[in-house]
Amino acid sequence: MAVLPKVQPKVWLERLRARPAEAQAKAAPVGGLAAVVRKEFADHVNSWRMVILVLLLLVTGIASLYTAAQTIRSVVEATAATPDFVFLRLFTGGSSRLPSLTAFVSFLAPLLGIALGFDAICGEHSRRTLSRVLAQPIHRDAVINGKFLAGLLAIVVTLTALLLGVGALGLIMIGVPPTGDEALRLVAYGVLTTVYVAFWLSLAILFSVVFRQAATSALASIAVWLFFSVFWDMIVGVAAGDDPVGLGLWLSRVSPGYLYTEAMVTLLNPIVRSLGPVTLEQVLGALEGVLPVGQSIALIWPQAMGLVALTAVCFAASYILFMRREIRA
Amino acid sequence: MAETVIETCGLVKRYGDFTAVYGLDLEVRAGEVFGLLGPNGAGKTTTILMLLGLTEPTDGWIRVLGHDPVRDPIAVKRLTGYLPDNVGFYDELTGRQNLFYTAELNGIPRREAAPEIDRLLTRVGLADAADTRVGAYSRGMRQRLGVADVLLKRPRVVIMDEPTLGLDPEGARTFLRLIRQLADEGMTVLLSSHLLHQVQAVCDRVGIFVKGQMIACGPVDELAEQALAGEPLRLELELAPCTEELLSALERLEGLVEVHRRDGPAGTAPGDFARGAAASRSGESLRLELVCRRDVRAEVSRLAASHGAAVLHLSQAGRSLDDIYRRYFADGGETGGGTSEGAA
Repeated sequence: MAVLPKVQPKVWLERLRARPAEAQAKAAPVGGLAAVVRKEFADHVNSWRMVILVLLLLVTGIASLYTAAQTIRSVVEATAATPDFVFLRLFTGGSSRLPSLTAFVSFLAPLLGIALGFDAICGEHSRRTLSRVLAQPIHRDAVINGKFLAGLLAIVVTLTALLLGVGALGLIMIGVPPTGDEALRLVAYGVLTTVYVAFWLSLAILFSVVFRQAATSALASIAVWLFFSVFWDMIVGVAAGDDPVGLGLWLSRVSPGYLYTEAMVTLLNPIVRSLGPVTLEQVLGALEGVLPVGQSIALIWPQAMGLVALTAVCFAASYILFMRREIRA
Repeated sequence: MAETVIETCGLVKRYGDFTAVYGLDLEVRAGEVFGLLGPNGAGKTTTILMLLGLTEPTDGWIRVLGHDPVRDPIAVKRLTGYLPDNVGFYDELTGRQNLFYTAELNGIPRREAAPEIDRLLTRVGLADAADTRVGAYSRGMRQRLGVADVLLKRPRVVIMDEPTLGLDPEGARTFLRLIRQLADEGMTVLLSSHLLHQVQAVCDRVGIFVKGQMIACGPVDELAEQALAGEPLRLELELAPCTEELLSALERLEGLVEVHRRDGPAGTAPGDFARGAAASRSGESLRLELVCRRDVRAEVSRLAASHGAAVLHLSQAGRSLDDIYRRYFADGGETGGGTSEGAA
């Protein structure tokens, strides 16, 4: 498996790169970041864990797409009318036997992020490559930035491929093209999911800086994921007690998974118009209707920013820890 | 005098309460092979990491080729190659791919790197294994790939941390020859080791490091004189036949402190030469060790001749680095502070 590209860049590209020696020497630190990104991305693409996860996503994606298409067809046959936002239903529609594509994605997304990041730094430590790489003329943060960016790139590529592939297959199956509104919602969904996976990636990188063993780091990330996906709901249920919509909702929103689900549901279901508790007075006299995509995005803006902030905090913590870390084993 | 390549002044590194390096003054000149010699945990690796700007010193200053590794580590790392102790590579990549990554990190264009990598792989004897995954490399091969990795950036200074540790004797010898070649090509080499004989074989100058302090520094011969100045000289002698008269004559020599009989596998049974003399009446050859304050080799051979004995072996023993090492490390703890000031 060739990891570093063997193809020679085109001549004009080479000419573009051909700079005086001094300029090149000065540019080396930036080149260092690019080199780390390229190498790490190549590693991701070639790694078995990435292949396994992408295959898993593809299989579940196609399966849930198929059931969604079946459900839509039966609805259309029964009512003889095309339901609203039928293209979005390809992604959100499940059946009693198989959950929807979005449900699969929200389940597998943390795993993807963790798989991409859990051995980022401790792996270099245990392979004893870190001191050798850091002795090259690059800034120390090029290593951790490069690893994060390469992970992010892998996420973007995977999710884009998944959404486009499923969209194309769906188009063949139901033959209804997405409206502009739907397309924008799907793009926003892709961005949101990228941020969500990036959060788990940065959490995994943080643990890979904190722990020396890759296995410990992976376990710590998975423990956090399990805690929020299984136990947090129970804890919230007990803690909120008789105030499930007030305190309970706010406690739930501590979990990044809950933030993501709220935002994802709002984006892909234009009927969702509010995410907080709604009083009877507000509902009374309200007109039935759907939100335009801009309003849906405005509604989930706090959730999306919360996820971005969590990602930034985790990455900042791992950055600081890594920069202060002694290189000696 | 050659240009100073690495210079430190009053270098201190503390980890909490533990002082890893204390008050180090080091000077390495262009084109020499300098050995940092010391037991494990003496602060050699810490010093190397500080020279490269991978660890910040607590106090003191450093210049490597005129650059300060604290302020401008990139400039230092551009000119300095570092071969870490037990160097690691990406196991899933081939040797050649690992080197390409290093070239990329150094901003060397692929087109320039490719022939250079071929040349270096041939030089370190890995041309046949270039496209094998590093995971399948032996330890010696990794170490040699490490040298290629270091040389790829065409450094002016090469720093090696315990480079021969874990290599078999033949591998170590090849490696040392390579180090010597690098120095002959005008590169400055700083290597750390606790393996004396290798340091002695390859280094122009050594610095002896104990508990974070350099307690002596200089060429091996000078260090020997310094260290063993007060020590008596030891002569190894083999005579046949060795009579009792000859032994007592030897003992009466001016400047002689002791005569040990070195016989059988035990070797250095100290003292009591009379017993040894009694055993040698048969006229067989006898091995002796003479401890004396001055060189008495000429007198010994004259004496032997006058007693009708043949000198089968006569040599001066115990001026190797081993003795220096033992001497420094044995009392390094107590005298460390005093001598380091002397060395400074």
